[in-house]
Amino acid sequence: MKQEWRFFQPGEWEREINVRSFIQKNYTPYDGDESFLADAAESTTKLWEQVMELSRQEQAAGGVLDMDTKIISTITSHGPGYLDKEKETIVGFQTDKPFKRSLQPYGGIRMAEKACADNGYKVDPEISEFFTTHRKTHNAGVFDAYTPEMRACRSSHIITGLPDAYGRGRIIGDYRRVALYGVNRLIEDKEEQKMTARSTMYSHIIRIREELSEQIRALKELKELGSIYGFDISRPAANVQEAIQWTYFAYLAAVKEQNGAAMSLGRTSTFLDIYAERDLKNGIFTEQQIQEFVDHFVMKLRLVKFARTPEYNALFSGDPTWVTESIGGVGIDGRHLVTKMSFRYLHTLKNLGTAPEPNLTVLWSTRLPENFKRFCARTSIESSSIQYENDDLMRESHGDDYAIACCVSSMRIGKEMQFFGARANLAKCLLYAINGGVDEISKKQIGPKFRPITSEYLDYDQVMERYHDMMKWLAGVYVNSLNIIHYMHDKYSYERLQMALHDMNVTRWFATGVAGLSVVADSLSAIKYAKVRTVRDENGIVVDYEIQGDFPKYGNDDDRVDQIAVEIVHAFMNYIKQNHCYRGGIPTTSILTITSNVVYGKATGSTPDGRKAGQAFAPGANPMHTRDSKGAISSLASVAKLPFSDAQDGISNTFSIIPGALGKEDQLFMGDLDLDLNLDGSLELECGYNKSCSIPNLMAGLDRE
Amino acid sequence: MTGRIHSIESFGTVDGPGVRLVVFLQGCPMRCLYCHNPDTWKMNGGTEMSVDEILAQYEKNHVFYEKGGITVTGGDPLVQICFVTELFEAAKSRGIHTCLDTSGILFRPDSPEVLRQFDRLAAVTDLVLLDIKHIDPKSHIELTGQKLDPVLAFAQYLDEKSVSVWIRHVVVPGITYKQDLLYRLGRFIGTLNNVKALDVLPYHDMGKGKYKSLGIPYPLEKVKPLGKDKALAARQIILSGIRDQRACVLKQPLLSSHK
Repeated sequence: MKQEWRFFQPGEWEREINVRSFIQKNYTPYDGDESFLADAAESTTKLWEQVMELSRQEQAAGGVLDMDTKIISTITSHGPGYLDKEKETIVGFQTDKPFKRSLQPYGGIRMAEKACADNGYKVDPEISEFFTTHRKTHNAGVFDAYTPEMRACRSSHIITGLPDAYGRGRIIGDYRRVALYGVNRLIEDKEEQKMTARSTMYSHIIRIREELSEQIRALKELKELGSIYGFDISRPAANVQEAIQWTYFAYLAAVKEQNGAAMSLGRTSTFLDIYAERDLKNGIFTEQQIQEFVDHFVMKLRLVKFARTPEYNALFSGDPTWVTESIGGVGIDGRHLVTKMSFRYLHTLKNLGTAPEPNLTVLWSTRLPENFKRFCARTSIESSSIQYENDDLMRESHGDDYAIACCVSSMRIGKEMQFFGARANLAKCLLYAINGGVDEISKKQIGPKFRPITSEYLDYDQVMERYHDMMKWLAGVYVNSLNIIHYMHDKYSYERLQMALHDMNVTRWFATGVAGLSVVADSLSAIKYAKVRTVRDENGIVVDYEIQGDFPKYGNDDDRVDQIAVEIVHAFMNYIKQNHCYRGGIPTTSILTITSNVVYGKATGSTPDGRKAGQAFAPGANPMHTRDSKGAISSLASVAKLPFSDAQDGISNTFSIIPGALGKEDQLFMGDLDLDLNLDGSLELECGYNKSCSIPNLMAGLDRE
Repeated sequence: MTGRIHSIESFGTVDGPGVRLVVFLQGCPMRCLYCHNPDTWKMNGGTEMSVDEILAQYEKNHVFYEKGGITVTGGDPLVQICFVTELFEAAKSRGIHTCLDTSGILFRPDSPEVLRQFDRLAAVTDLVLLDIKHIDPKSHIELTGQKLDPVLAFAQYLDEKSVSVWIRHVVVPGITYKQDLLYRLGRFIGTLNNVKALDVLPYHDMGKGKYKSLGIPYPLEKVKPLGKDKALAARQIILSGIRDQRACVLKQPLLSSHK
């Protein structure tokens, strides 16, 4: 066995690239509580102060502190960058210094230029010229192939947020492989894969051979990145500090190459805990040191930054990077996957303070250990920064070594990737069904000229019939737009390093998405159970609706409307499936507009549920704001009816609650309150009114009668 | 049988142990000055719902309620005591924890008929959240429009029946936030053996909006909400009253019994 693998349990993982096997053979489930955790080290506090100061400067500078305008970001494009070299136990930045945003033109040169221009910088004219004349970008390729109909759908926002001008993201490299095997072993493996590629040169074989060569090149550059910082990552990591560093280098290489819509980390905590346990046992590092490494690692993840435009930030309500890390869950053998490292990751929210990134995501199961559940709940209350996902649901289809990309997209690490597909606006689609494909805002004919509804009052069966036709059309344009996008992304902005950290044959999820589901459900419910009158403009186009009477609203655990939502998701998914998907992609859909619901609402006219033109949609699969009147469980129950099998890319529900509504003193009454009567003591007391009044501190501030 | 339901909260966390389905019943004979649910006063409002409908809603999401149960509140749920009794009987037969949130104002110990009805209800009630509005008989009428006697009698009745009770008390500046009153309340509570918890709530004015929309003048316009710390201090005084009372019982059992 290799020197670096001493004391590890052997297994399949030695003979093949198989991180899961390594984890299963070696990890130590932890059932204890958080009392072992260490506070922030002095170096951590100092470094974080420095980060906060730079953050203040960045805010003062209008959101961006520094940008590259001349150097195109590659894995090896920059020399080393530090906050304070002496204090950092985990190192590496995207450029040669923190807070400096890199230049990534492969997704689209115009987007890169605009991101610079909007922040007061200018891309070097030679680079602009190069990527306009000599080297095509993903964005240019897509627009060469788009049909007029696709462009119309895009500009009328019935399909929005398409990754056609920026990196698609949503791919998670198995960054752990670099720590476990070292880069050399991974290169050998890729060389072997190339040998096994078939020798008759069909176009897809040619592509695989070219991609594998690109992957090998990227791995060699990754080794180079290690040596820029003074590390030899060609060999496996020998201790927990190295394991974190190696893993981080692999992730860093990915974000140096790709400005993706979501650049998630994967599921690293339990993997790294194996190293931590070994080092603790052998006295290599103390708990304090290990927490320090983790804090520094997380600090680096918080400092991942991309050059983006204000429009992009508006779409996502901020400047998110979606460095999602999946924590916990349960293994298929029944053992939970919570380790001490799961606690250490969440503990960074205390040691460094709260932050939205990395997006710490707990894979929740009813079978997680009680101590961990309590720790999660407490940390949630204190930080409001933990995302929860249903492991019991996802484990069935994704096993026990999947991770979440972005906010809800689950994929087996290193075995599955996805083609991110933004989303179709189902609420706008309903309006198209009513208006025969005419856009209610621009008044242009965008969709097919189907018969519009001409009656004054809307009839449920008629609307449903037209809606199905329009959904079928929309699914077709949508999937075909995505086919173009992902073909061009593979061609002009291939994720060489991230794909190098995948198996040769990966499953590709073709991840479509929908927006406005609760608007559609309520609209159809209003049409069915109340009376909805159309209000038309001078050309007969319906621009508003008047509702007479009440109707069941999604979010109240009422099947009359909840089943409409279920039916729509199922129907749209079926229309998606009727289309050919690029590269053998398996179609899925998501209901997850966590932030972009505001923008989608803006681009959509008044809807039959009473929502006025421009008003925000509810996020994800949430009920519309204030329409759920029966409390949280009924609201969640409505969402829970949506079938995961029809929305395998995930269903999100944004849930906020004031602490008081979660019980007293942030906890539910779980039994009798302690009356704290201290009866032994009271035996000493004399009987009588007067005595009690001699306790002055209790009386302070009380009215005297 | 059907009841008149004001509304249902599917995620109740402060009205009894655990997560609970909280059913707000329509109708209340009290007119407490600080009431924050004036929309539940009317006896004939609300939506009719059957016992089965309510239990069906509970069963659908029962996993959430495993450590909780059903709480019936209002209004004063005892306005519809027959309905509550049937609901609780059905709930108990399915092993659901039942909790009654009431002022006890409708208790009539001298009416055998009423007593029989209460006996039936007590037999299927796991916990009562007893809201004692004011410990002084005269002030109780001023505050609520109703007499205090039935409330105290109901508390003693629950003690006899060994039904667990959590006492609730709202402290309002100028009305109940007075040391003497709080202490007296404690002395009374100290006479009971079934009290498991004491929940002292600071007065808040979040009901104001409802008064406005109902066109009712808000009676406590000039009273400021009370801080949580003040409620805690008030709780300490009530506890001292309980402690003293129990000490009295231990030393001089004959003197202190209200029964």
